[in-house]
Amino acid sequence: MKLFVSEGNPQCVKVLAALEHTGVKCDLQLLGHEEKVVSFLSRPVLPAVLLPSGQQLFSANAICQYLFEVGGKEITDTSRQLLEWEATELQPVLLQALHVAVLQGKSSEAGTLLKVTLSWLEQFLSGKSTQFLTAETVEVADIVLWSALYPILSDSDLNAGELHLVRGWFKRVSQLPACTKAVQAILPGKALSALKNFLQKQPALHTQRRENLPSETEEAEHVMTEEEIEVAGQTFSGGLAESRVTVERKHPVLPKEGKRNVLVTSALPYVNNVPHLGNIIGCVLSADVFSRYGRLRGWNLLYVCGTDEYGTATENKALEEGLTPQQICDKYFAIHDAIYKWFQIDFDYFGRTTTQQQTEISQNIFFRLLERGFLQEDTVEQLRCEHCQRFLADRFVEGVCPHCKYPEARGDQCDKCGRLINAVELKDPLCKVCGKTPVIRTSKHLFLNLPKLEGELEKWLEQSFSTGDWTANAKQITRSWLRDGLKPRCITRDLKWGTPVPLEEYRDKVFYVWFDAPIGYLSITANYTSDWEKWWKNPQQVELYNFMAKDNVPFHSVVFPCSLLGAQDNYTLVNNLIATEYLNYEDTKFSKSRGVGVFGDMAKDTGIPSDVWRFYLTYVRPEGQDSSFSWADLALKNNSELLNNLGNFINRAGMFVSKFFNGCVPEIVLQDEDKRIIAQVAWELKQYIQLLDKVRIRDALKCVLNVSRHGNQYIQINEPWKKIKGGDEDRKRAGTVTSVSVNVACLLSAMLEPYMPTVSQTIRTQLQAPDNCASAMLGAEGYFLRSLPTGHRIGTVSPLFQKLDSEQIEILRKKFGGQQGPSKKSSTTETKPPTAAEHIANQRKK
Amino acid sequence: MALRELSSLEKFVGLKRQKKISTQGERKVPVLQNNNGSSLIGLVTISSHLVSEAKKTELLGESVEQRAVVQQWLEYRLTRLDNCSQDEVNIILTELNEYLVDKVYLAGNSITLADALMYYGIHHIISELAVQQKEKYLNVTRWFDHIQHYPGVRHHLPPVIVLRNRVYQSNQH
Repeated sequence: MKLFVSEGNPQCVKVLAALEHTGVKCDLQLLGHEEKVVSFLSRPVLPAVLLPSGQQLFSANAICQYLFEVGGKEITDTSRQLLEWEATELQPVLLQALHVAVLQGKSSEAGTLLKVTLSWLEQFLSGKSTQFLTAETVEVADIVLWSALYPILSDSDLNAGELHLVRGWFKRVSQLPACTKAVQAILPGKALSALKNFLQKQPALHTQRRENLPSETEEAEHVMTEEEIEVAGQTFSGGLAESRVTVERKHPVLPKEGKRNVLVTSALPYVNNVPHLGNIIGCVLSADVFSRYGRLRGWNLLYVCGTDEYGTATENKALEEGLTPQQICDKYFAIHDAIYKWFQIDFDYFGRTTTQQQTEISQNIFFRLLERGFLQEDTVEQLRCEHCQRFLADRFVEGVCPHCKYPEARGDQCDKCGRLINAVELKDPLCKVCGKTPVIRTSKHLFLNLPKLEGELEKWLEQSFSTGDWTANAKQITRSWLRDGLKPRCITRDLKWGTPVPLEEYRDKVFYVWFDAPIGYLSITANYTSDWEKWWKNPQQVELYNFMAKDNVPFHSVVFPCSLLGAQDNYTLVNNLIATEYLNYEDTKFSKSRGVGVFGDMAKDTGIPSDVWRFYLTYVRPEGQDSSFSWADLALKNNSELLNNLGNFINRAGMFVSKFFNGCVPEIVLQDEDKRIIAQVAWELKQYIQLLDKVRIRDALKCVLNVSRHGNQYIQINEPWKKIKGGDEDRKRAGTVTSVSVNVACLLSAMLEPYMPTVSQTIRTQLQAPDNCASAMLGAEGYFLRSLPTGHRIGTVSPLFQKLDSEQIEILRKKFGGQQGPSKKSSTTETKPPTAAEHIANQRKK
Repeated sequence: MALRELSSLEKFVGLKRQKKISTQGERKVPVLQNNNGSSLIGLVTISSHLVSEAKKTELLGESVEQRAVVQQWLEYRLTRLDNCSQDEVNIILTELNEYLVDKVYLAGNSITLADALMYYGIHHIISELAVQQKEKYLNVTRWFDHIQHYPGVRHHLPPVIVLRNRVYQSNQH
């Protein structure tokens, strides 16, 4: 065993005194403060012990405990408590006090700092009748506390209070030879000045400790000031009067002067994959919640999306199903369209990429890039099947893996060893369509010169990062691409199904999908309105939000912006990039081929309403980290949050009005208690708005649920159902509580609109709420207004949600859990759309 | 926070009767009220007491050495991890990651109180990590996943998903 100590370090006094006192044998080495003994700690920490087993100890208290135990003493609960107190309560104050006394020379201030903490020790000793802290003999706690307090208590200038008992105990311990020896070795001379060197090397003190951890937000109640409460009460009583009338949406929506013009896109889903729940929450649903919210806020907002239809995967699928690529696209476009309609995705326009506009705009951008010298030519080696008369895309080839000899390696990657493969390296390659052996041919291709655009890109990114909302993962992925340096990227392919390259020598080639798929946003808008350039060539007026899953980030933050920057045509570039992490399915991945997971077209067959799906998917939205879909959790959230919390509150509030007050909202006389709940609700509303403005969709939903939780508590405490049977005062009180509650319910309908549009509408119908109440309350920073005045007649109230029982859920879980008989042979659907996956895989080889 | 953690610990060590535990002061330090009127203060003190009472002293360490290592990490949890700033989080994760390079548990070759309390204390940090960071602190993540699946430990905390396959390889792009 070896002990490392340094001079002037009070922690070392502890271990040395313990060593002397217990008489344990040990090598000793004196080091400087800066010398590092414990390899895994980031800062040098002493004292440290190296045990014979190789284990290192770096906590002085643990070392003392160890020495006492080796010396045959047992550690009692009381000792443990004192050691814990020393480490957590005393040390932070002590370090601060020593800092003030030694480095700033303010002894009296240091004494004041210590008073409260030391008075606890005084009190502790007053409850003891023993000579020492825990027993009649000196134990580990005595050594540790004595050593810690030595610099303070041995200094006569430092007054930390009377402390008779503490000083008495301190004196008794001081007489131990072990203590004298330890002090002589570590703190020779005047204790305080000996510490100077050590204290200067300590990291800056963080006196301000972080009090509320983010995970504890549920427990932390917002503390309101009296003023806040009063203002909230007044705002509420003001009612809807001054609010504006909602503007109806008229197509085409175009940017307007003096308005906030917001353009929202969600990643274009690849046409021949049926989207699964992860795709839906990652792109279209997130963008939909935000768009609905934006429209309520009165923004001039356009939300476009469409299917991405070109590329090898479509050709492949067409071969498989014996249809033409166009027929495949038509078939699957209809499936997509139906799914999003069922999920109530409120696109302004849902288009597709196989249009004339797509060709025109892509070719225009291409020519501009060519003219400006941002394209370069190069030859690429590729496999070509002479029998099928075409170059083979990576997924069309199979062969023996050059690394592990796995016989069924694909053209881009080996499924066995996972290594990336360049298709021409495959041994014995075979065409997957006809089974013949392909030959290696060189083919000319065009590359987008990304390195040439890198400087301009970085400049623009810097500005966009600092002014817009980019999720952390989006920034991180983008930065890592830039850090690795950009390489030229091939933008053409030897395929038929795509946008043709408008050059004679490239007649048989088309644009590589990653180049022209994002142009789909522009062409889809062009199909919506001939004035599309007012959105897309208008960076001064338009704010662009892109929604996607994180694997799509580089195409939207690096590659596509480079195309647009290089075209030099005043294009609108992305200001806010919102990327989700992945949604897993019951702790595994969604997989079409294994039949695992819920896919968009199956959701409606479950009998669970679209609104409940929307609620649960946003509730588990992979915001900031991966999350997972779980049937049991879906049922739990439906039953606890929707049924028992939200639905229960809204239903009770409405029922009180119909049952006790003949369906007319009663008079309000606000008491402090009512103002308090109004202020609480108003605060949650403000949070909700702040969060959704920053596209924190999942977090904002929690605020909605908090509002109804507050409402339920309020009803529970005030018991209007009892008061209604009482005297005049009580009946009035019941009226006020009912009236406040039903107005909270009305606010909830507004806050729910982006998440659960049908439920929101149902609530408004049940309450006969004025149409403009939602936009009035969600305007500016958010106002909780009394939108249902005294005498307002509400409609028929009925339950909003249904219970999901466990048997029903178990049946669904089994049905969607996978291994459901021989599955149709179709390509694996991973959580990422195959377009991007393929592109990345292809590019890796370059 | 401390209370929920202690109640999970009670279940983990198999104590049937719930103890009378409250919190005191600004830092919400837990206090255990014993039947004989005496009390114990502090998370580590109370946890160690509960473990002894449940006759699971192996959780405090079976050798002198293991006991010292357990205490050391318990102290680390209280003094370094609790209420640490965002900058500190990365340092702590780096240190633990380094330490756990060749270890399955924090102390010795079996689960101890140090693993349980460190798990409870670090959960909110791990659950906020992006996949990339989880891979960066691979040893911490591995240890964390192991402890959260150790029978009886998790209780009040939601499971954090740890992917088995690596998503971010260095040769990604």
